[in-house]
Amino acid sequence: MSVTTADSSSAGTASPVASSKSRIGDFVAAKLFFPTFGILLFLAFWQIVAANIVTSLGAFPGPAEVWTQSKNLVVEHQEQRAKAEAFYERQEKRNAARLEKDPDAPVKIRSYTGKPTFFDQIFTSLYTVAFGFVIATAIAVPLGILCGLSESAYQAINLIIQVFKPVSPLAWLPLVTMVVSAMYVSDSPMFEKSFLNSGLTVALCCLWPTLINTTVGVAGVDRDLVNVSRVIKLGSITHVRKVVLPSSVPLIFTGLRLSLATGWMVLIAAEMLAQNPGLGKFIWDEFQNGSSNSLGRIMAAVITIGLLGFALDQLMLRLQRWLSWDKQAVVR
Amino acid sequence: MSSARYLEISKMGKTFPTDTGGFEALRDVQLTIQQGEFISLIGHSGCGKSTVLNIVAGLEQASVGGVILEGKHINEPGPDRAVVFQHHALMPWLTVYENVELAVAQVFRGSKSAAEMREWILHNLNLVGMGHAADKAPHEISGGMKQRVGIARCLAMEPKVVLMDEPFGALDALTRAKLQDSVMAIQAELKNTIIMITHDVDEAVLLSDRIVMMTTGPAATIGEIVEVKLPRPRDRLALAEDQQYNHCRHQVLEFLYSSDDDNSEELEPSATIESVQTAVDVSTDDTVIKNSSNQAA
Repeated sequence: MSVTTADSSSAGTASPVASSKSRIGDFVAAKLFFPTFGILLFLAFWQIVAANIVTSLGAFPGPAEVWTQSKNLVVEHQEQRAKAEAFYERQEKRNAARLEKDPDAPVKIRSYTGKPTFFDQIFTSLYTVAFGFVIATAIAVPLGILCGLSESAYQAINLIIQVFKPVSPLAWLPLVTMVVSAMYVSDSPMFEKSFLNSGLTVALCCLWPTLINTTVGVAGVDRDLVNVSRVIKLGSITHVRKVVLPSSVPLIFTGLRLSLATGWMVLIAAEMLAQNPGLGKFIWDEFQNGSSNSLGRIMAAVITIGLLGFALDQLMLRLQRWLSWDKQAVVR
Repeated sequence: MSSARYLEISKMGKTFPTDTGGFEALRDVQLTIQQGEFISLIGHSGCGKSTVLNIVAGLEQASVGGVILEGKHINEPGPDRAVVFQHHALMPWLTVYENVELAVAQVFRGSKSAAEMREWILHNLNLVGMGHAADKAPHEISGGMKQRVGIARCLAMEPKVVLMDEPFGALDALTRAKLQDSVMAIQAELKNTIIMITHDVDEAVLLSDRIVMMTTGPAATIGEIVEVKLPRPRDRLALAEDQQYNHCRHQVLEFLYSSDDDNSEELEPSATIESVQTAVDVSTDDTVIKNSSNQAA
């Protein structure tokens, strides 16, 4: 066995085996032990505090109660799915029987109208936020590039950005609702109005972080690189594609991640306030419902919202790593 | 040397706007450059050398006067006045080949086929000895190699004038000497017209036909011009003992050190360069130094 190792940090004193062991040990400590320890501490704290808070709906749910309610939510979902399947099966049989008697009989196919389950609401929230986020990105990135490239465009838009940026989503909601009701009139609408209301409110709040960060990123492209582009006389589209965009990817993504996080928070609030389908409505319904299980179910929803928000951010990180030219960059 | 007035810098002045009314950086800069001439601009930091170069490049506009290239007034940047930047300015997200391609694809659009462009890009990379690294990313190659690629990108545009802004300033002495030799060889072959900014007196004497020395600003202008009539090709080792070479060096040093004593420390002390030069010439292409006279000293 060789004494020299690739690991120069543990210089000389440790043997190769010991040093690789200690590296694994460091990794376990950093990635497993401390997070687990933190979570356990938090759960213990939560349990103790929860037991001491009594509300009109019973004791505040501790971790165990939330876990039970989470399992109930899964069971309810499965029951609803089974019911739906049974419904479609019955309908199919009925129609088949009717056609057998008379091939010309009118066949009616109805969709199942059960109560949306917790998981249906999650799905609704996810694609609503995606809709709003995509719209915001499609506007904010090109506009940000324009503002970053042209000082006059920036001066023209800057004040508007500064004024609208701090506006709460809930202030937009009534306006969006009224505008959608008035403008979106169709016999066979592609989207539900409530979906548009939530989605557009999310978009209005998602715009700003992406817009501002893209502007800063584009304006901050290295002077030398811009001069190279000027000497070569690159056309503006090539200039943006080959010089500006690769250089501002990190800041654009910082903006996108901030936007998505904002959008996700805004969405829950909008759904609660406007009774639009989604996780926000789930929470509000449980709150109005007032059963002894409600608080546990709301807490389960709260944790779900947190986990999904985290997952969305991780998704953006992956996307950034995939799109960025600089694979060495530490992205966190 | 077909045209005696190939590039003309004519009564050029530059004033930068400031809160207190404006800072006059350059005044009445007047210089005529022949085709195929190698000109060095030398002077203290902040004397406006870079501003002169940027105005010739078209990256900045003169406040008064201007630059005329082959009878045409210059008011915007263009590939006919390609620039080699001090810090290479390669796009880090493009490979060596793609960096040169970015320029070639734009400059020769419509006049070269895809195959011709490819050949031209590789030809220029080979010219600076970087053909082997065509598919490498800039972060994978050394500082000297990056600067070689920067030179290849510049030459690939077939510029009328090559502008170099302290091209070797950020490199170590050994790498610098090698690049200087490469530039001399390339210029001997292609007969480029070159304007180079430098802080290095030896570099200026070794490479230039004329050394343009600028006075210290504000309102900097051309103080003196030293003509270097040494025959080419020039050999740095032989020149170290050459009387004319040392005379030129002395003229430049005298001008620089007498014009301002405060700023003189940024100029390269020549002794170390000389001893390194000896070492470089003994070692061939690899960086192993077989005979370093500076260690004996």
